[in-house]
Amino acid sequence: MMEAKSFQLFPEQASSIASHVDALYAFLVLVSAFFSLLVAFLIVYLVVKYRHRPELGPPVAQHTNDHGPGSMILEIVWTVIPLGLSMIMFAWGVSIYFTESRPPADSMEIYVTGKQWMWKIQHMEGAREINELHVPINRDIKLTMTSEDVIHDFYVPAFRTKSDVLPGKYTTEWFRPTKLGAYHIFCAEYCGTKHSGMIGTVYVLSEPDYNKWLGAGSGEGSMAEQGQALFNQLGCGNCHPSVVNNQNGRCPNLVGLFGTRVQVKDGSNVRADESYIRESVLYPQAKIVAGYDDIMPTFKGLITEDGMLKLIEYIKSLGAKNGTMSTATPGPVETSASPQPSTHATAPAKTAPRGVPAAPVAPQQRVQ
Amino acid sequence: MITAPPLVKEKKNYLNAEEGLMSWLLTKDHKRIAILYLIAVTVFFAVGGMFAVLIRLELATPAGDLLDSNTYNKVFTMHGVVMIFFFLIPSIPATLGNFLIPLMIGAKDLAFPRINLLSWYVYMLAGVFGIFVLVTGGVDTGWTFYTPFSSSYSNGYVVMTAMAAFIMGFSSILTGLNFLVTVHRMRAPGLTWFRLPLFVWAHYATSAVMILGTPVIAVTLFLLMLERGLHIGFFDPAYGGDPVLFQHLFWFYSHPAVYIMILPSMGVISEVVSTFCSKKPFGYTFIAFSSVAIAVFGFLVWGHHLFVSSQSAYAGMVFSVLSMIVAIPSAIKIFNWTATMYKGSVRLETPMLYAIGFMGLFTVGGLTGLFLASMGMDVHLTDTYFVVAHFHYVMVGGAIMGYMAGLHFWWPKLTGRMYSQVWSKVSAVLVFVGFNLTFFPQFLLGFMGMPRRYHVYPPEFQVLNVLSSAGASVLGLGYLIPAIYLLASLKYGAKAGANPWGATGLEWQTSSPPPTENFEITPVVTTEAYEYSAQEVIHVGH
Amino acid sequence: MDTNVADAPEIANPNALQHHFENPEQQKDASTIGMWSFLLTEIMFFGGLFLAYFAYRQAYPVAFASASLKTNLWIGAFNTTVLICSSLTMALAVHFAATGKRRLLVIFLILTLILGGAFLGVKGYEYHDKWVHHEVPGIHFECEGCQDAGHTQLFFSLYFGMTGLHASHMVIGAGILLVLIWQAYKGKFTPDWYTPIENFGLYWHFVDIVWIFLFPLLYLIDRSGQGGLH
Repeated sequence: MMEAKSFQLFPEQASSIASHVDALYAFLVLVSAFFSLLVAFLIVYLVVKYRHRPELGPPVAQHTNDHGPGSMILEIVWTVIPLGLSMIMFAWGVSIYFTESRPPADSMEIYVTGKQWMWKIQHMEGAREINELHVPINRDIKLTMTSEDVIHDFYVPAFRTKSDVLPGKYTTEWFRPTKLGAYHIFCAEYCGTKHSGMIGTVYVLSEPDYNKWLGAGSGEGSMAEQGQALFNQLGCGNCHPSVVNNQNGRCPNLVGLFGTRVQVKDGSNVRADESYIRESVLYPQAKIVAGYDDIMPTFKGLITEDGMLKLIEYIKSLGAKNGTMSTATPGPVETSASPQPSTHATAPAKTAPRGVPAAPVAPQQRVQ
Repeated sequence: MITAPPLVKEKKNYLNAEEGLMSWLLTKDHKRIAILYLIAVTVFFAVGGMFAVLIRLELATPAGDLLDSNTYNKVFTMHGVVMIFFFLIPSIPATLGNFLIPLMIGAKDLAFPRINLLSWYVYMLAGVFGIFVLVTGGVDTGWTFYTPFSSSYSNGYVVMTAMAAFIMGFSSILTGLNFLVTVHRMRAPGLTWFRLPLFVWAHYATSAVMILGTPVIAVTLFLLMLERGLHIGFFDPAYGGDPVLFQHLFWFYSHPAVYIMILPSMGVISEVVSTFCSKKPFGYTFIAFSSVAIAVFGFLVWGHHLFVSSQSAYAGMVFSVLSMIVAIPSAIKIFNWTATMYKGSVRLETPMLYAIGFMGLFTVGGLTGLFLASMGMDVHLTDTYFVVAHFHYVMVGGAIMGYMAGLHFWWPKLTGRMYSQVWSKVSAVLVFVGFNLTFFPQFLLGFMGMPRRYHVYPPEFQVLNVLSSAGASVLGLGYLIPAIYLLASLKYGAKAGANPWGATGLEWQTSSPPPTENFEITPVVTTEAYEYSAQEVIHVGH
Repeated sequence: MDTNVADAPEIANPNALQHHFENPEQQKDASTIGMWSFLLTEIMFFGGLFLAYFAYRQAYPVAFASASLKTNLWIGAFNTTVLICSSLTMALAVHFAATGKRRLLVIFLILTLILGGAFLGVKGYEYHDKWVHHEVPGIHFECEGCQDAGHTQLFFSLYFGMTGLHASHMVIGAGILLVLIWQAYKGKFTPDWYTPIENFGLYWHFVDIVWIFLFPLLYLIDRSGQGGLH
């Protein structure tokens, strides 16, 4: 449970980026305070010093250029200085933003599904939570998020991060917690009646405590295991080989697919990331792989967003770009249920775009 | 010299020229149309204000004990819709702009008087839709109508509200069109562009924004209405539609819209500061061009509302740097107005009090905009109370203060009466104090992480919320009092002469109130603008 | 030809200067600037739809190409021709107004109206056809034989949105044409003053140009690809 916080003016700095954001904030406050006070002071001073004194008569006409008093020098000064300061704000902000938008390569992945009006969180190892997010301290955590209905936003003030959570799309947010404790999660995009009730708590635990928590898990198996069950249940395996040496020929092999670039029929190529998998399952004709036919049916309506994430996790577990597991986690990792982990080392080199069949394929084969 | 008609007491003026309700409802006189608008926008301001009262009352406690969630959501939505579309956007242009632009340029009327009247009727029609929504149960999408919530999930009157805003847009377009053509073609002989009052420059820039931006919100709302009403989808992700496209289309107008709200106000400040320092504005050309720069750059920054929306980081960078740049012309104005006071002869009459209030509050509001334009900072602050505080500082502390300044400055011209100096100054101070007390705590709340549009909130945010609600009561009082003394002045106020403030400008060369045809003979302009040396400063009788 | 204004004494002198203008040139200038500014707003209005079109076409090229084949090329081409001809008749009407040929002015305004009406009639037929084939977005939508069918509804939403908005502009134009025909018949327009005809001509040409953009974007996406991208 989170203890009731007393009145404070600053949220806690609980992530690696928080102090950077706060430093920029301090700069912005300083500059703003300076100019606000400067303008206020000048106004008060000038209003008093040059107050109307009837005995003096009207003010003397100043040196004028064409259209009235002015000073090019002053105009330049008070254009250039604000411009310079604002460019600092711009550059500093960009630098923080780029750090915030590039999760480190070996981040631990957690999946978030938002829906009116709750957060559903799935850990790879299978643990699930509602409105709570347990994470280990000092690890890079990457959230992959989607919505089941309207736009939401996953905001953790103590981490200084937020990102909109969209339906039909995956967005990501990453952070590195640096302080143990419990912190607010707020939904920060208006989403209807209980928008202000769509809140939760992040629990940052020490590594051993986190593993202990994880071990108490959901008992349903890891996400990848559940994803494999779905894969079989939906009949994907009838066409897509998920074993590295099985070149079925009709459908692209999924082993080692995730993270590589795929050649699409129309000549473009696309990276096989979460969105690509999702689109291929729901709108298979949108990006048909070069050399393959238009034979995949759509699974729209047959799979939920949660299920989709499990499927994606399974496909990730079939090997990523470097032939290694896509994530490294100290938590219990699926072993026997996932296909031949030892073949990953012998998976085909990933330099060539996927979808170019290695073995001869009869492109005219059609499933009638 | 400017030829001026002689001042004669009890002369026929635009107010008493014709009698009867129909002479008002079918008028083509821009001054009467301005009064029609004045009454209408004041009513809507009161309606929007009532919603604000409800919001602040509810937020004084963390729990949702005054209103239920759905009602609260409707209240903040209606507050935004009414204040933005029915008050802020028309306020200065349709009242002061309509009244003054022909006078300021020495014309008998705007270029298209019948279109001017039409714009008022279109506005009232939009108002009918708005009132209909209000009394039948409201809408709860937020004034931003984000999809898919608004198109597929909301239980409120989305189509009706969208229709109200859509129709309102046409009123805005007609006004802007009228002003644009008028300023181009109907200036009196000798009135070159750089002799124009800065108020006219400001409205010219505003008109350009109105006619280029408003059609985009119109088509966006049109698409939303099709999607919601006829299920012809454009943004529904269920078949690949992109809800973020709605956001782009929406903000393409709604960001320039804020410049529609602030530019006219800045025009007022130029006139007021100059008059009450009895000095030409410092840096006239820079102030004039900065209005144009704001209008142009204002169209290029809309993506700063989308930094966390999944917009690409590279697009974000472009919008961020442009948002920094758009702030600079506003800073230039503030410095130029301040410099105008140097070696001037400053009189702290009520309009001047509002003007310097504007300068202070708009400075804070503008600077806090930089926080939000800086991407990394915006990630933490967007969708929190920091944003709410920022836009109220520029919209209320800026635009509305300017509106009050203008109303108090030109009231004698509009009505021929002066109002109570004591009460007007008291109200100005109350507004300033109340405003800061209401909205400054909200910056702190935002940085603490309190999201906006929250009906209930964690208890640690209560202290600042209570401060804010207390301030709102002072602010409300500050707005209530002018309603009383301004109305009272119509009957009991001292009669005003043609130029009670000792201002320059063609509008002060004709009687208060002006005759229907504005000038008996078309003035010929031979001097630069703001020639104070030729005047004697006339004191206002207390 | 007959340009006698006195034929219609009940209409006020059309050359009358409105009271707030100094001279007729100022009045005409104001009208013209006003009309062009209004057309600028119309460009922004349609612009939003074009933006949506480009965004979605770029995202779903297969769906758009496939759905575009459901439009009838020949009907679209016919309509394009009809509309271009109506712009010709309108331009000629303006010419006859300027040269004081009242009868020809009226005839060519009527021809413009007829051609515009033909366009709308054909459009109505197309809409009906789409309705019958369940190609109207909504619950019963179905794009038969389309590739990437899941995304084709967006194409049709844009199709109906864009052509519908265009058609409503034509309907308004037709209404104004009726008024102008009547006024022209009554002799309101003279070589000295025919501003409404000129301004309406601008409007009509604008509506035509919008269609000239719509036609290739909606009907011609991938006609050479024989039903799919290479």
